[in-house]
Amino acid sequence: MTLHVINKTPQNKSLYLNMLNGLSSGDAILLIEDAVYSALEAHQSLFKALSPDDIQLSALEADIQARGLEDKLSPRFSSVNDQGFVKLSCEHDKIVSWY
Amino acid sequence: MIDKKSILIINQSAPYGSSKARESLDVALTCSIFEMPVSLLFIGDGLYQLINNQSPDALNMKKHEAMLSALPMYDIEKIYITEEDLESIGLTENDLAMPVTLIQRDAIASLIQQNDSVLTF
Amino acid sequence: MPIEFDDEGYLRDLSDWSPEMAIDIATAEGISLTDAHLEIITVVREFYQTYELSPAMRPLVKAVSLKLGKDKGKSIYLMKLFPGSPAKIVAKIAGLPKPDNCI
Repeated sequence: MTLHVINKTPQNKSLYLNMLNGLSSGDAILLIEDAVYSALEAHQSLFKALSPDDIQLSALEADIQARGLEDKLSPRFSSVNDQGFVKLSCEHDKIVSWY
Repeated sequence: MIDKKSILIINQSAPYGSSKARESLDVALTCSIFEMPVSLLFIGDGLYQLINNQSPDALNMKKHEAMLSALPMYDIEKIYITEEDLESIGLTENDLAMPVTLIQRDAIASLIQQNDSVLTF
Repeated sequence: MPIEFDDEGYLRDLSDWSPEMAIDIATAEGISLTDAHLEIITVVREFYQTYELSPAMRPLVKAVSLKLGKDKGKSIYLMKLFPGSPAKIVAKIAGLPKPDNCI
């Protein structure tokens, strides 16, 4: 299982496409830095093909708070703190960064 | 006989603008010296690394294309790009510095799965 | 202008190299150059011109094998000519930078 970490805004369509094509069942996606904007409800079409039971979606708390997004996120995303980031990293045998 | 871990290096950075492209190939060559099976995937901006006829003399930088062309000498022959990325920059295989294996974008997942480790640059 | 070497004895400016200098560097390494040495040095200099890299052992063996035949493209043959660490010693005599990624 792989943790996919992405850090660019949803405007970077081909980056998101490549990441989505790199997903296997049981993988997880973590949005960090500017990628947390992708957790806004308006951008959920990006992730529409993914089944919530299959791919775990989360975003980094500090980056969400910094950008004023705390109460504006799609419920599909859970917010994780730094410890959660470490935990996710340990739970997956590979980590792929998309940037 | 120790089992060598296979490694996939995903290249997403354009050459010359940062040192990532060179660092990535340095890692690839080093892994090859330790006889680890290396695969390289060039996607997104990383595809720009493969464009032929590079001449960075005026930048006082080493030619990335020259380093790429050394890969077969290090027995690194699994070099992948996606058809979709190549089409999206309006180029064909004739514009590339070296022979590559064209894959469909949806094959990226199995490349990640097949390898023991994945690095991104 | 004196010719400059780095701390490990590798030539700083590749354009300072000459076959005569190769003899001097080799002598300092305890090697007296023969035609057998020189043809390997030529292969390594061509490798550097093509790839802008000094070859590590594995590509060195491959390059020698391609240019001079399989009998010479063997670690043991290169070890005899350049005892110790052939990739490093050939690069030094050929006036090239020390190979990266070299064990």
